[in-house]
Amino acid sequence: MSLLLLAISAALVNNVVLSQFLGLCPFLGVSKKINTSVGMSGAVIVVITAASAICSAIYHFILAPLNLTYLNTIVFILVIASLVQFMEMFIKKSNPALYQSLGVFLPLITTNCAVLGVALSNVQKNYDIWTSTINGFGTALGFALAILLLASIRERNEDNDVPKSFKGMPHVLLTAGLMSIAFFGWAGVL
Amino acid sequence: MNKILERLHNGIIKENPILIMTLGMCPTLAVTTSLINGLGMGMSTLAVLVCSNFLISLLRKFIPDTVRIPAYIVIVASLVTIIQFVLQGFVPDLYSSLGIYIPLIVVNCIILGRAEAYASKSKIIPSIFDGIGMGLGFTMGLGILGFLRELIGNGTILSDGANALLKIPEEIYTPASVMILAPGAFIVLAFVIATMNKIKEKKGMKPAEVPDYTTKEGCAGCAAASMCAGAAPQTEAPADPLKAKAESAAIPRAVKPEVPKTETAVKEEKE
Repeated sequence: MSLLLLAISAALVNNVVLSQFLGLCPFLGVSKKINTSVGMSGAVIVVITAASAICSAIYHFILAPLNLTYLNTIVFILVIASLVQFMEMFIKKSNPALYQSLGVFLPLITTNCAVLGVALSNVQKNYDIWTSTINGFGTALGFALAILLLASIRERNEDNDVPKSFKGMPHVLLTAGLMSIAFFGWAGVL
Repeated sequence: MNKILERLHNGIIKENPILIMTLGMCPTLAVTTSLINGLGMGMSTLAVLVCSNFLISLLRKFIPDTVRIPAYIVIVASLVTIIQFVLQGFVPDLYSSLGIYIPLIVVNCIILGRAEAYASKSKIIPSIFDGIGMGLGFTMGLGILGFLRELIGNGTILSDGANALLKIPEEIYTPASVMILAPGAFIVLAFVIATMNKIKEKKGMKPAEVPDYTTKEGCAGCAAASMCAGAAPQTEAPADPLKAKAESAAIPRAVKPEVPKTETAVKEEKE
């Protein structure tokens, strides 16, 4: 039960994009069309969940017993980069159809700070491996929700008549700001 | 000497990472709850950027092209770990308020972007000054955002909780505390970029566009575009037929040659 609450809080209350500002690049850059944002969400869910589990396992079985915890950042970023690489190769060989819809987003995720951010905060909060995985999954669901909502809003108000200097980036940022205010409401739920 | 000044001018004014290029959004929005946090983050990034540009320029002839991105990541991650210890030891307050965003300097696309677009191709001294210029430009952007958010959201300038350099009395102005919360970050940045768009319009420059990583042109604008290309150098070729099929959905990864082009393109535009 507490794990369920953890996942809900990671997805809604502490939304990774709208309240922690992690993973903004894909959030802004892949949210123009709903189709592409669906593919991105799928890729992010897979990668963040797997990366949380593996990074947490490495921390608990290798880094912590050897007192090497100061190597966290270096080890995690390398693990994430190679994990994404392997995943891309695996999907490409085993399921070309899935690769077309999901795999093309994988390289983009290596530099996604949400993945490293979740792995590091799992360690900071002293989560065990199982809790880390659930936390990663919840966070990724939160990302998927945010990017799908933004893509839907952007498809609708793309051609709205806004002042010239607010066209483009400021318009999208203001939309994200209003979404962020809306997500504040979840703080009262838990 | 000219080269040095040109690099500084390029980083601070012409290609300012936040105000002109709108790069490195995550730390920009996350840590600018006050002026001091913004400046602290900016200076930490500056230190990492200068050291990484120096090391990468120094090692540019020794790092094989195929493994350059992992090599850059290891260099940057080691530097970030050092900075983390320095901050923890000397400014523990700043360290705790920046929190997880310090290790996340590793994935700041400005650092890898500069390594790839400039330091890996240039001599040591210009690379160092390129780092200083870009770092100062980044610090300036963070400072402006932090200043505005602290002033509007808390009614203070350079506050440390108890004392402040300047405090607007409560009777005159009630702080709109939403501005130092998450939504305020998006809203303040939106207004800053809109202001920059107005200035750019007068100078005949292109306004800030939302990056679109689903098209080739949009991907080239991202400083980490070369990351995508470099992350999978061996798998690039077989990906091409698939990419041609799913043209609209595919993210082009072979955009490496375009990174230096964007720099020159900006130059040409200005001229």
